[in-house]
Amino acid sequence: MGFDAASAAVQAALDAGARYADARVMHRRYESMSARNGDVEELTQHESIGLGVRALVGSGWGFHAVPELSDAAARDAGRRAAAVAAASARVPGPPIDLVPVDAAVASWASDCAVDPLGVPLSDKGDLLVGATATMREHGADLAEGLYQIWDTTKWFVSSEGHRIDQHIRECGGGISATSIGDGETQRRSYPSYRGQYGTTGWELVTSLDLAAHAARVAEESRELLTAPECPAGETDLILGGEQLALQIHESVGHAIELDRILGWEAAFAGTSWLDLSRLGSLRYGSELMNVTIDPTIPGALGSFGFDDEGSPAVARDAVREGRWVGVLAGRDSAAVAGLAHGGSVRADGWARLPMVRMTNVGLEPGPHTLDEIVAATDEGVLMDINRSWSIDDKRLNFQFGCEVGWEVRNGRRGRMLRNPTYTGIGPVFWRSMDMLSGETVAWGTPNCGKGQPGQIGHTGHPAAPARFRGVRVGVRA
Amino acid sequence: MTRSAGTGDERDLAARVVELVRRAAGPGAEAEVLVTRADLALTRFANSFIHQNVAETGTTVQLRLHVDGRTAAGVGSRVDAEGLAALVERTRAAARLVPPDPAWPGLTAPTPVPSGPAVDEATAFASPDERASRVRAFVDAVEGLAAAGYCRTSYRSGAFANSAGHSAVGRAAEAAMDGIARTGGADGVARHCADRLGDLDGAALGARAAAKARAAADPVELPPGRYEVVLEPAAVADLLQNLAWYGFNGKRYAERQSFAEPGAAQFDPTVTLVDDPLHASALPFDLEGTVRRALPLVRAGTTGAVAHDRRSGAEVGSGSTGHGMPGGSTFGPIPRNVRLLPAGPTGVAPSGATGAGVTGAVGDPDTGALVAGVRRGLLVSDFWYTRVLDPKQLVVTGLTRNGVWLVEDGVPTRAVRDFRFTESYPRALGPGRVLDLGRRPVRQPDRVDGSWWEAPAVRLSSWNFTGGASG
Repeated sequence: MGFDAASAAVQAALDAGARYADARVMHRRYESMSARNGDVEELTQHESIGLGVRALVGSGWGFHAVPELSDAAARDAGRRAAAVAAASARVPGPPIDLVPVDAAVASWASDCAVDPLGVPLSDKGDLLVGATATMREHGADLAEGLYQIWDTTKWFVSSEGHRIDQHIRECGGGISATSIGDGETQRRSYPSYRGQYGTTGWELVTSLDLAAHAARVAEESRELLTAPECPAGETDLILGGEQLALQIHESVGHAIELDRILGWEAAFAGTSWLDLSRLGSLRYGSELMNVTIDPTIPGALGSFGFDDEGSPAVARDAVREGRWVGVLAGRDSAAVAGLAHGGSVRADGWARLPMVRMTNVGLEPGPHTLDEIVAATDEGVLMDINRSWSIDDKRLNFQFGCEVGWEVRNGRRGRMLRNPTYTGIGPVFWRSMDMLSGETVAWGTPNCGKGQPGQIGHTGHPAAPARFRGVRVGVRA
Repeated sequence: MTRSAGTGDERDLAARVVELVRRAAGPGAEAEVLVTRADLALTRFANSFIHQNVAETGTTVQLRLHVDGRTAAGVGSRVDAEGLAALVERTRAAARLVPPDPAWPGLTAPTPVPSGPAVDEATAFASPDERASRVRAFVDAVEGLAAAGYCRTSYRSGAFANSAGHSAVGRAAEAAMDGIARTGGADGVARHCADRLGDLDGAALGARAAAKARAAADPVELPPGRYEVVLEPAAVADLLQNLAWYGFNGKRYAERQSFAEPGAAQFDPTVTLVDDPLHASALPFDLEGTVRRALPLVRAGTTGAVAHDRRSGAEVGSGSTGHGMPGGSTFGPIPRNVRLLPAGPTGVAPSGATGAGVTGAVGDPDTGALVAGVRRGLLVSDFWYTRVLDPKQLVVTGLTRNGVWLVEDGVPTRAVRDFRFTESYPRALGPGRVLDLGRRPVRQPDRVDGSWWEAPAVRLSSWNFTGGASG
């Protein structure tokens, strides 16, 4: 049914004047449950199926989406996409080409040992209820737990002959404890706020063992209320892997998106400080910095078999020994930039246009351990678990807040610190990285916003603890 | 496919789902259903050409079911008999398995629901050519600068029904345009949201954005610190949004995570905030079928109320304020149509007026009047990537964007590089901190249609800039 509808839509777009067309039929089931203070707070189950068709008429793109898969509805959507593309000619741009890609006829499915939608709701509810009740018992004013599951089947057809179906299962979850003081709140989460996610089955959630961490995070959230403030000034900064994953996401992943570099996101998401003329020569960070774009990592949240315009998953370098060497691209943006490949285009459901998105963008492991990094630090702050994030529209100036910090003195981890923040400029910060752990985790970010209309992307970020020298910390109002 | 301008299909679908629940779960089951048909289209441009151009049509069925003391919710996009039956069955199955819900607030009783504001049919079903023509006008008006942004139209028709016999229907249409002009690393912005596409003047918005971009060229770096500021409506919209999400949110209030203290004079006496959904085209009821109406959040500086859905309202004994929304159980009921009332009894500036009086940095006479009172301070066009550091005090960090100027003796004298700031929003608007309000509010679009923020420019005594964006 999916291939038939997609093929009909593509053919109708071609018949209406398109020189290229592709279509995605997607069927997605989504389930989430949240618990608060020992009770289930909300259980939501969504099911959505529909078709989105993209047409290229002259140099103009058009896209139309409908929630119906009948032959008539699919053909109508194809015609409408072509009409929308024709309207784009009122404000035309330069000619558009697409970098070549083999017209794959293929199937792909993510690994999944335990179907997350097959796990009884009662079991999943018991997990969250139990963990949040434990957090309450250990002092949390607000104890929250959450899991989310996405089960997506998609069928892709292009006028070049692609015919690809994929079945991708993603899930994850986590817990958070909030303690409320007189004038502030403090939060501790495990394994990160709103959880850890992957392209995997329920075995990921089981492996997190949320219940075993409930008491600790609750007690730490209370302890934070009376902990000393993170000092203000310039010092050595050690980041835990979860926070470094978001640092990579914001100051590397988005910066190397080719649509941003080309100015296509200028009015909303922003541009990038990177200049294509310096691809291959720009020093992005220290020689410890090796960042890959790798949608082939089993279980990582940004993994797939093919992207949403039919390019196969291939691992590529983004930064090699500190030098910028690669971008995230689609077939049209790669052609504009004179590059050879796309491979990083994804759509958030059938009703959204495929666009350049992160896949798995992460750091290759370094030679150290966190213990070694702490032992080698005379004076500094260790921060972990993101609490807030903000970065400018060129992806240069960032400020992050973490849930918790620890003083580091004479090679030892000391007192807990509250309200830790740090700020900096991307390339200056990355050039200051002088120690990197090999304790890598592929952190999943299921809430990456981009595009108009808005799209939510699922991205993965292999990361491990690292040290940065001379960073400004303790910024506050 | 034909386009229906009515709500009959949605009404029938909602009634069918309620009946399916009655048959499947018996007369004791409580069900509420919202069916929404949406036609959404967005024409996006960058580097002065249309590069993304999309349209979608879809129907969403949202069901909440309370049976045998347990509650579950489901959402589906399939509206054939099989799809509706599947939605009812999986929601019913979920309700059997979840723990009891002793705080279930019950269904909305049958209540008359007034019609919402009239819908502009030309906006509801605008063609791609009509959106493209406004983009053309914007691009032409920037006169050689690079232009980027979007023109958006949306139409929603909705029907609500519940098993208590309450029902309601409504329709809404909205148009928005948001664009920047770019020159030599400097950007200028103009954005506007209206009930009618015909009220969006692409040329006027483009001219305003271009004038501001040219005035923003060659910026100097100023040291961080506290500055008096004039915030233009786009920047004020960010304040309203964060106040709504984190302060006037009934769930956060109940959890003691909000700064809001009803009855306390927490704001400057010039500040009056109203959540006023029917000030624009909108569905006249919320997800739970409760009538939407104006909710005074702050009156002359004194905090008045926070938003509630049926659940959070029952917890505090105040009832719903008409803010039931998808995800509300998790994120809380959030005001999404907040107006900062202007200093005088004047109307909203139409889009043409936003381009009137274009002089560069100061885009309109209303802002100019506020700037004229500043001895030394900054004029800020827009905020970007604001995130909350501490929800209780609503301390927010973010950056300026799309133009900052040094104002000396009432005149913008130099463009300034972007700043990072870290500021408590309620404190910045606190007693004695608001030096002046403009008289011409401009409605600013949100990222999602149906949500908007309307404010004039404001002049504040102090804003805490904690660093330059370049380091």
